[in-house]
Amino acid sequence: MLTIENLHVRVDGKAILQGINLEVKAGEVHAIMGPNGSGKSTLSHVLAGREGYEVTSGSVTYAGKNLLDMPPEQRAREGVFLAFQYPVEIPGVSNIYLLKAALNAMRRHRGQSELDALDFLQLIKEKIKLVEMDEQLLYRSVNQGFSGGEKKRNEILQMAVLEPRLCILDETDSGLDIDALKVVADGVNSLRTNDRAFILVTHYQRLLNYVRPDYVHVLVHGKIAKSGDADLALELEEKGYGWIERQTAAEDAA
Amino acid sequence: MSAVSQYVEEYRTIGAALPGGHLPWLRELRERALTQFSAGGFPSPREEEWKYTNISTIEKKRFRPLPISEPSAAVESWLKNYELEDVWRLVLVDGRVAADRCRLDGMPDGMIVCGLAEALTKYPNLVQSHLGLAAGRENHGFIHFNTAFFSDGAFVRAPGGQALPKKPLQIIYLNSRPESLATVRNLIIVEPNAALELVETYAGADEQSYLSAAVTEVSIGENAALDLYKLQSESTKAFHFGGTYVQQARSARFRHYNFSFGGLLVRNEVHTELGHAAECLLYGLFLAFGRQHVDNHTLIHHAQPFGISREIYKGILDQRARGVFQGRIVVHQDAQKTDAEMSNRNLLLSENAEIDTKPQLEIYADDVKCGHGVTVGQLDENSVFFLQTRGIEEQAARTMLTFAFANEMVDRIRLDGLRGSVQAQLLALFSKANLHQEWL
Ligand SMILES: Nc1ncnc2c1ncn2[C@@H]1O[C@H](COP(=O)(O)OP(=O)(O)O)[C@@H](O)[C@H]1O
Ligand SMILES: [Mg+2]
Repeated sequence: MLTIENLHVRVDGKAILQGINLEVKAGEVHAIMGPNGSGKSTLSHVLAGREGYEVTSGSVTYAGKNLLDMPPEQRAREGVFLAFQYPVEIPGVSNIYLLKAALNAMRRHRGQSELDALDFLQLIKEKIKLVEMDEQLLYRSVNQGFSGGEKKRNEILQMAVLEPRLCILDETDSGLDIDALKVVADGVNSLRTNDRAFILVTHYQRLLNYVRPDYVHVLVHGKIAKSGDADLALELEEKGYGWIERQTAAEDAA
Repeated sequence: MSAVSQYVEEYRTIGAALPGGHLPWLRELRERALTQFSAGGFPSPREEEWKYTNISTIEKKRFRPLPISEPSAAVESWLKNYELEDVWRLVLVDGRVAADRCRLDGMPDGMIVCGLAEALTKYPNLVQSHLGLAAGRENHGFIHFNTAFFSDGAFVRAPGGQALPKKPLQIIYLNSRPESLATVRNLIIVEPNAALELVETYAGADEQSYLSAAVTEVSIGENAALDLYKLQSESTKAFHFGGTYVQQARSARFRHYNFSFGGLLVRNEVHTELGHAAECLLYGLFLAFGRQHVDNHTLIHHAQPFGISREIYKGILDQRARGVFQGRIVVHQDAQKTDAEMSNRNLLLSENAEIDTKPQLEIYADDVKCGHGVTVGQLDENSVFFLQTRGIEEQAARTMLTFAFANEMVDRIRLDGLRGSVQAQLLALFSKANLHQEWL
């Protein structure tokens, strides 16, 4: 589904990603871990199409197409979803409007008709149960005055409504209490299907207790320093990132 | 002959026929105002409080007060655009009450809503004790001009000491004829312990040039409350001056919502003076496209202790439009424990749009909490990106965010019917300005 080859990215003239290789197949869950500042959000943003990132070399192919050629909205319509590490507040746009506008944009792209008000509301009410979110929040401005946990649930709600094929979650688990973490994990697990893939960016192993990844990659200084299975996450939890950082530094020196 | 002397000349012919001619005190008041107007003319950018707004184009025009005449047939359809449901309604067309368009039946005892001209006949003493009171502190050409020339206006008294039915009053000021002049003077008296919701709608015939120069004087009695909504939807070629001057007695509450959408050259003034523990809330939203110029001038006098004021003004300016926000808060020496906050946020959507914003705090008391903030900017790029990642096109995302920026103020309207109507107007403006709105 997604093939990243030798991806190099600069931000403000500074090399951040320095040769990422990653292959994600439908049905898989990949965890990307790594210390702060290693480039996890940069990778997520580049995949979602944020401006200000200069791809100096490498390629990203998604469903057989060059992902880097598409504007963000087209990537979204083709099924790429990014849950933001820091969800955006939009005073004046109600949550329900956002969901409707987004869903209808997707449906038009897929050649489906727009949902009428009743069907739409029914769909939302179904999905909102999944994230155990208060229905009142639908009628409030997007994320405004939401608690940290509510904001993250809201990202998962958007994901559940839009039904993307490639879900990238950038530290959706950070700062959540255990209940909210379980809700996010349940949300992800319930959306796991054979034709959908996940990239879970996370700083801690905690989320992976609830969502078992097929692969774990460790990002250090803009490169994948190590890949393994779910056990790698446990090892990292125990030993921290220091040993991998030292290992990469030694390799770089040699 | 200058515009000013032409108007002064005109007064010689029409003055005697203006309402209240039978009252010596009013004749005197008008004469005095005329003398001041004749000497000082309209305000000029040389005056500090007018330095961002040059109204000389008004002086190049010759607006004529209209004789009383039948409102044109088109009036009916314009009114439909603005009439709210379940309200009492007073309608002024071309500066005079249009009795057959009003809906004032079932008024509670003691409540008065009528034209100012009528009030001058029926309640001259009541008018005399309030006319020029709140506006008395003001001293510029438009005030004098209005005092000398007012042809009618709204007179409202909400009686205290009884529960009024919760039904808003709407006053519509409609300008139907080209090159006309509408000088209305409004007196709003909210007696102690009374509460009133009032919606003022200023509108006019599309694409017609006219001058609407309104002065509204408000007195809010002890422990009384007024919610005053002003919706300025004048024609995009019109000139609008609208000054609202308020006196708040002890513990009086005043909420003002200022939506300024129309007009070519617009000046909105909202000035209030707070008594002991009085509260005021000033909200404003101004939109300007094309070559519109919108100037908002607010002044809050904290004259007594324990007053609270909150002010939020937002502006959206596109194309070659110019906006002005001058917000002044004066905390007088006696006004200890004042709590005042003011903010002005502006969106500039084009390189040629311009905003002058000048918040001013003058504090003469030492135990107060005051703050202000100003932002001038473009849309938040992170929000644009976020919406794009949800499948929304960039242009639609920008429109959505611009609309949201405005809608956040519209959302504060406490009357459901009005909120819907203002929102609809906002949308119409957005589509007129050729902005995308597929997301709705
Ligand atoms: N807009 C930016 N301008 C300059 N440097 C940036 C910018 N965004 C991120 N960086 C830098 O890129 C590196 C990677 O950041 P990020 O991708 O956010 O890391 P992570 O998500 O792994 O914590 C950091 O050194 C950070 O300081
Ligand atoms: Mg990050």
